[in-house]
Amino acid sequence: MIHIKRLQEDGVDIIALIGEIDASSSIELDLAIAKSVGEGFRKILVDCHSLEYISSAGLGVFLSYIEEFKDQNVSMVLFGMNDKVANTFEILGLNNLLKIAKDKAQAKRMVNEL
Amino acid sequence: MNYKQKVGCNIENLKGVRDFIRGALKKHGVADLQVSELVLALDEMCSNLMIHSHRCNPEELFEIHIILKKGGPIIFEIIDDGSTFDINQFAEPDLGNLVHEKRKGGLGIRLVKSIMDKIEYQNRNGKNVCRLTKNISYK
Repeated sequence: MIHIKRLQEDGVDIIALIGEIDASSSIELDLAIAKSVGEGFRKILVDCHSLEYISSAGLGVFLSYIEEFKDQNVSMVLFGMNDKVANTFEILGLNNLLKIAKDKAQAKRMVNEL
Repeated sequence: MNYKQKVGCNIENLKGVRDFIRGALKKHGVADLQVSELVLALDEMCSNLMIHSHRCNPEELFEIHIILKKGGPIIFEIIDDGSTFDINQFAEPDLGNLVHEKRKGGLGIRLVKSIMDKIEYQNRNGKNVCRLTKNISYK
């Protein structure tokens, strides 16, 4: 079960993920990101503080946007992951393909730099 | 100590699978980060099985066994009578290609192979058994 909240700060769309993302719920993540881009946001932060679990279904959603975001000049930064979730990204080295920050302040700096 | 659970092929049941694995491993003092990796690997194997071998038919069941022997490895068995998909035969495309082709599959298999030490398939009494071994110590 995943619950997704969105809020906007200074032209940045912040997508907060609350709960667990697996094969049954990854579609919700996909829809939330698609909606943000569809509404014209070019700077997207993904707040992972309350993300308790992610499986490959969720990882795949993030990977699937990498090329599209490059073409459309969209920058996305994930932040606030707990150790277990961070480890899940690191097992396959996805932390090198995605932009990941420790906290919101760092994430905001990164999303504005890019 | 052995633990067993029957699971119906509905992806809504993955949470129950994770709770079952986590609960059993925690009882035996497996470290948190290792518990989370093993939970992930079993979630990936079960979701593949539900989706690809059983087309998410909740009437079709398989079993998960966890076999914990003192000082030995942890063995997980997924026992099923559907078709087998041997992930050892699956050639993973490199990550760059996954990104390029916007593929959402293939990652789960990579995760399982990275996390587990051994992945074997056997036929036992007419059922397919996928046996996953993790060499770690626990109480």
